[in-house]
Amino acid sequence: MTDFFQEDLVSLHKKLVNKEITAVDLAKAALDKAEHAQKDVNAYITLDRQGALKRAAEIDAAGIDADNIFSGIPLAVKDNIVTKGLRTTAASHILDNFVPIYDAAVMEKLNKLGLVVIGKTNMDEFAMGGSTETSFFGKTANAWDHTKVPGGSSGGSAAAVASGLIPFALGSDTGGSIRQPAAFNGIVGLKPTYGRVSRWGLIAFGSSLDQIGPLTRTVKDNARVLSVIAGKDPRDTTSEDSPVPDFLANIEGGVKGLRVGVPKEYFAKGIDDDVKATIKKAIAKFEELGAVVDEVSLPHSRYGIAAYYILASSEASSNLQRFDGIRYGYSARQEGQTLEDLYVKTRSEGFGPEVKRRIMLGTFALSAGFYDAYFKKAAQVRTLIVSDFTKVFQDHDLILGPTTTSTAFDLGSEDDDPVKMYMNDLLTIPVNLAGLPGMSINAGFANHLPVGLQIIGRPFDESTIYRAAYAFEQATKLYEQHPEVSF
Amino acid sequence: MSSFETTIGLEVHIELKTKSKAFSPSPVNFGDPANENTNVIDWGYPGVLPSANKAALEGGMMAALALNAQISRDVHWDRKNYVYPDNPKSYQVTQQQTPIGHDGYVEIQMPDGQTKRIGIKELHVEEDAGKNSHSGKGYSLVDLNRQGTPLVEIVSQPDITSPEEAYLYLEKLRQLIQFTGISDVKMQEGSMRVDINISVRPIGAAKFGTKVEIKNVNSFQYARNTLIYEEERQREELMAGHTIGQETRRFDEPTKSTILMRVKEGADDYRYFPEPDLPPIHVSDAWIDEVRSRLPEAAATRVHRYMTEFGLSDKDAAVLTQTLEMANFFDQTVANGADPKRAANYLIGDVNAYLNETQLDLQNTKLTAVNLAELIKLIDDGTISTKQAKKVFTAITEGKDPKAYVTENGLVQLSDPSKLTPMISQILDNNQQSVDDFKGGKDRAIGYLTGQVMKSTHGNANPKVVHELLLAELSKR
Repeated sequence: MTDFFQEDLVSLHKKLVNKEITAVDLAKAALDKAEHAQKDVNAYITLDRQGALKRAAEIDAAGIDADNIFSGIPLAVKDNIVTKGLRTTAASHILDNFVPIYDAAVMEKLNKLGLVVIGKTNMDEFAMGGSTETSFFGKTANAWDHTKVPGGSSGGSAAAVASGLIPFALGSDTGGSIRQPAAFNGIVGLKPTYGRVSRWGLIAFGSSLDQIGPLTRTVKDNARVLSVIAGKDPRDTTSEDSPVPDFLANIEGGVKGLRVGVPKEYFAKGIDDDVKATIKKAIAKFEELGAVVDEVSLPHSRYGIAAYYILASSEASSNLQRFDGIRYGYSARQEGQTLEDLYVKTRSEGFGPEVKRRIMLGTFALSAGFYDAYFKKAAQVRTLIVSDFTKVFQDHDLILGPTTTSTAFDLGSEDDDPVKMYMNDLLTIPVNLAGLPGMSINAGFANHLPVGLQIIGRPFDESTIYRAAYAFEQATKLYEQHPEVSF
Repeated sequence: MSSFETTIGLEVHIELKTKSKAFSPSPVNFGDPANENTNVIDWGYPGVLPSANKAALEGGMMAALALNAQISRDVHWDRKNYVYPDNPKSYQVTQQQTPIGHDGYVEIQMPDGQTKRIGIKELHVEEDAGKNSHSGKGYSLVDLNRQGTPLVEIVSQPDITSPEEAYLYLEKLRQLIQFTGISDVKMQEGSMRVDINISVRPIGAAKFGTKVEIKNVNSFQYARNTLIYEEERQREELMAGHTIGQETRRFDEPTKSTILMRVKEGADDYRYFPEPDLPPIHVSDAWIDEVRSRLPEAAATRVHRYMTEFGLSDKDAAVLTQTLEMANFFDQTVANGADPKRAANYLIGDVNAYLNETQLDLQNTKLTAVNLAELIKLIDDGTISTKQAKKVFTAITEGKDPKAYVTENGLVQLSDPSKLTPMISQILDNNQQSVDDFKGGKDRAIGYLTGQVMKSTHGNANPKVVHELLLAELSKR
């Protein structure tokens, strides 16, 4: 099959404009590759062949817009972002027949630009997990090694992009769910500042932490996607009312003179040595490129995981109460059943074990008599974590460190130990708690698997992250390396 | 009996008549077909988010200002989690930690003329739930039109000590809220609902008695009857040496008693936490001032104004300010040029009688302030007599224009001497006996003659003018 999707958006756009290919060609290629790869990668929950081809044909008929780089480009969307008329499951049995009657805000924007949704990508159920193994629709495989996890919860989106199935995909990040799978698959994943992108139409997990973001092969493509999905939405009153800068404007500005902080806590015990070594090399590269690097401290980051699992689970326990088998989705309705029986049976059968675990954790943390000890305490810890970052950002432009504690681990290896799984998010979670923008880009390889470099910026300063990431990307050209398995 | 004292606290829910719902753009409208006023937010669809309605929070601020409460400056929303079919998100958005208003009071006039102050613990804004109806056929129906309607919940301090005080408090509260214009405060439409807490204890007891809760009482009369019954029941239980259980009861109209609904074993656990989908709100001085400037004139201020400006009695002023509708109608009638005293008399007399007879609210009648003012002007300028005015009043209740009605029905009062004098001469000619009687000192004869003039003019002659002209003509004979 033609290897369209190791190219970037500029190159695809040029081919479309020059009529070397059509939007239908691209959609077909994306669908065929996706289907071909399902057995090995299982990146998608739903593929929309009919809808995508129809849409692509319409775009071809209307003519590719030479001024709009997204015209006729296919994309994949994480299955917790609602798509009108296209099944949206959040990887849960409880929503496996849910066809939304409205589009998420990001989908409205992308559809308007003439993008073609190929399908909905696999994920951890309700975005709860770090390996895309809790999906009701089976596990997804890592693009580089099919015996490894792709990371989670946006594992389907990351694996699809890294496997060359699609030029870019949308994910969502509550505690690291874009950055960690981006790291495990060696691609570019950005969790924008909380409030940068509308959450309208994102099936809520932890509302105060969730944010939609792009997963791409290159830094510039990432900036292009953010430019179009960012911005205030009156339907999401937590979204920020400030103009969206041109993220490409200064992207080639280099890192000379940028002040970079490297938290010593991000190199403490528990981080694999080969990850540390790869990241140290990457940071040395930044110094070589002219950045001023020094060690900083985020003393409360070690409490991040505990605080996160209380806060996110509490919010989730409330957000997931609406799934009751009455108005939409799976229903265990039976003749002669009481209302309570219907609720209990629907949820017992509809939710998977990880979701149940977090609902119970959150319900407990919020319950009378425990609220102060758990939820309130966690909220206080969150404040301390925010002030740690604020202090560092007083005299640093960026924070650099590893995205993950290890490279992608074996599928199934952490099934029996949820706490071990939770520890994987140690380095990404503080960024969500503080609402900051964070990115993962490929820093190199350890044991033939990608290692993610995490770049954290000031609130709403994605531009500086992009500038630094682009400088590193161009210096290393790591995006030119592809997984051996191709589709 | 007097060895016990009663403690009553009331929680009053007021439905705000905003254009849209508290957290969604769906319209707020009573009586529309089921589920017509709903959208994906009201249905709790996956992925939807609430947007706080500014008007709802301002409604809460207005209520707080009317009840002399402090306004909280840093407000956030909280989720109150509970699962029920008419509550699709399975949580209600409310203000548990930072109510928009706190520490206010309401003053009531006791029957002995004393003023008593009832403390307001807090006022918070929240959303209503939908409505379930049970078909009795093994399933229930859910109507979400009401779901998300903004409410202000007003929580009193336990300062109320008798059913009568509770009644006076509710009446006063209704009036105060009605005059802010934020709600119709109609119990029959559910825009005002009362939850009662009552406990009884021996006088001097250090601790409050066990509190019994009576939910969703839907009239002031029920509230009073409920409390009278419940106060007595609790006293009797205590005198019999029983303890009062912590329970929820309901008032049963046919038996005029309260009936046990459920025994509370522990507090409900609503797992409150700050609503993460809505940003916190800072309430600035400028915002409060702006909202205050939009508050309509309160009832008490109007009473004072009616007495000083228009010279109305305190009793009349009080009747006119019983409802906002009546007071506004009065003000508009005066603004349209009617004499204030005559306008007051009409509203207190004929208009009230008409409303009682037809069981209508003023706003649902065809009466307008413009027409009433016109009617009053027609009396004052002598165009019609007060007797004719009765007919004209009936006409304006049917929506007719008073001037046109007077013309069409020939009701114009006859005051023109050039028209009346020939008529009077004719009558005197035809009634020589009466003329003679008058001349002979029988003053009563003039009454008969006046009657004849009125008869021949179908009652349209101006009696005052007729009287003067008669005297003049008689003096000539």
